[in-house]
This record gives sequence, structure tokens and C-alpha cells, in this order.
Amino acid sequence: MKEDKLKIAGREFTSRLLLGTGKFASPKIMKAALAAAETAIVTVSLRRVDLKNPRDHILNNLDQKKYLLLPNTSGAKNAEEALRLARLSRSFGLPNWIKLEVTPDPRYLLPDPTETLSAAEQLVKEKFIVLPYINADPVLAKRLAEVGCAAVMPLGSPIGSAQGIKTRYHIEIIIEQATVPVIVDAGLGAPSHAAEALEMGADAVLVNTAIAAALNPVKMAEAFKLAVMAGRQAYLSGLITETKIAQASSPLHL
Amino acid sequence: MMEIKVNGKSSQVKDKSRVSGLLRHLKIPVKTCAIELNGRILKREEFSSVVIKPGDNVEIIRLMAGGE
Repeated sequence: MKEDKLKIAGREFTSRLLLGTGKFASPKIMKAALAAAETAIVTVSLRRVDLKNPRDHILNNLDQKKYLLLPNTSGAKNAEEALRLARLSRSFGLPNWIKLEVTPDPRYLLPDPTETLSAAEQLVKEKFIVLPYINADPVLAKRLAEVGCAAVMPLGSPIGSAQGIKTRYHIEIIIEQATVPVIVDAGLGAPSHAAEALEMGADAVLVNTAIAAALNPVKMAEAFKLAVMAGRQAYLSGLITETKIAQASSPLHL
Repeated sequence: MMEIKVNGKSSQVKDKSRVSGLLRHLKIPVKTCAIELNGRILKREEFSSVVIKPGDNVEIIRLMAGGE
């Protein structure tokens, strides 16, 4: 079988599990979890320097030879704020990839579709590789691909909620219509949720809280890695169709 | 000395400080931050040439842990 790699914007990745770096108890645990997950893409955020702790930043703890650092625009409440964060991210000399997030409401952190689309259009013009975080809206996903986004990242359920894939029907349509990779992002609480996404034909998943906040983040990272691999292999192997009635697997006559 | 704003807080810095001097004073390694001066993002090459004026608003941004 041809090697099965995730391909985004012409770049190949060995893992279909993207990891967020938030909420880990320590940089040491984070590093061990990233290694156990065998991830290739990790997200980071942009915030003000803590003037009381001026050397506290994440670049020291992430090996850029191993991981593509994907800055996000988390905290942006509208397109303008997202554009600012994306442009600031260019100062760090990273590849110009950006995970576009525009979440005006802190209670559900649901992405604003019109602000996301307008910011995406502009960032593509500015030669960013744009991966937008969206609600599982097939029309929006299509529009974002049309304006030049490199992937779409529909949510399974609200960020950090661990509810799993509540948007299955719409994610299925997004996958069916996709011309760019589909990365299920947000809400995945258990490895089985990640496996479900990959079984459905999603190209990848992004996980953070479910690993970082687990009792044993390193083991949980490994569990997610295995689930993603299992889900992908199941998808490629052709799952059987669900039926209402039994389909005997032994001959029925004695 | 002159008064400027750094990340929203009033700070006193030496007259005619350059951005690179401000970072040194604050003990922030140059390669780990992005700078916005009065809303304009500076290129790293500019850090050593741009002079800060009284009342300037400096935002110093870092990459930190963050997720979904």
C-alpha cells in the first residue's frame, strides 16, 4: 500500500493527530505528551509577554525540526483582531501557517462564520496558509475552500467540552464535498471520538484538553495516537454498511 | 526619563531608547517576541533602529501554550 500521509498545502505530515499545547501541567509533561502522540503539527497562541516573567515563552520547549508550529488567533473576537494576531505571528520567523479562530462569545466559544470568512480571504491574499476553525457548516466550508484556505477545521462540539462529535451529519457532508483536508477540531473528549472522526473519512483531528487535562496526559496522548491510526485504517479498509436487521454471519440452517 | 505604555502599563524608560534597548531593559530575548509600536507591527530588523518617543504605546507579544 502507498504510504498514507496527511497532505496540507502540498506539505506531507506523518501524523493525523494535531495537538494543542494549552493546559498542560508543565512543559515537561507537554513535551512527553507530544512525543507519545507522535504528532507533527502543534498549535500555539499569541499573548502579551508577561513583564514579570519575561523569559516565559513556548519556543524553548518545542522542537521545530519535529513539529510544525501552527499559531492560532485564539482570543480574537472579530476579523480585525484575528488579522492582527496573524500578522504578529509572522514576526517569529515560523512558516506562515495560521489557524484562524474568531470566537466572539466566551460561553460556547463558537466561531463567527462571517468574520472568519472575511479574515480568511484577506489572510490568503497576504499569502498565509489558512486553516479556519468553523462550525460544521458545509456551505461555509465550501466557501472557505473556494477563497483559498488550505484545510477546514469543523468542530465536533464546543472547545474543551468533551462531548465528542455532535455535528456528525454536517461533518459527513463537509467530508463528502471537500476539496481540501477536513480536520475535526474541538470537543473530542475520548480516543473513540477521534477514531469516529477518522472512520467517517476526516483527514485528521486536533486534540488538546482531552490529553492535557487527563490524569495521565502522556498515556492519553498515546491512546489518541492509536485511535487515530485505527480510525484511519478502518476508513481505508471500507466499513460495512449499517442495517436495521441482523445479517447472519453463520449459516442459518443446522 | 520618559513615560510610555508597555503592554497597557505605564513605564519609565530612558530618553531616546530604541526598541532593542527597551527589550534589553525588560530582559526579553529579541527572538522570542513580536512588537507593535502605536499599532504598527515592527520588523525584527527595525528593533535596533526605531527610537521610542514619550507617550508611545508598545505591545510586546510572545508565543505561548494554547490549543483548540
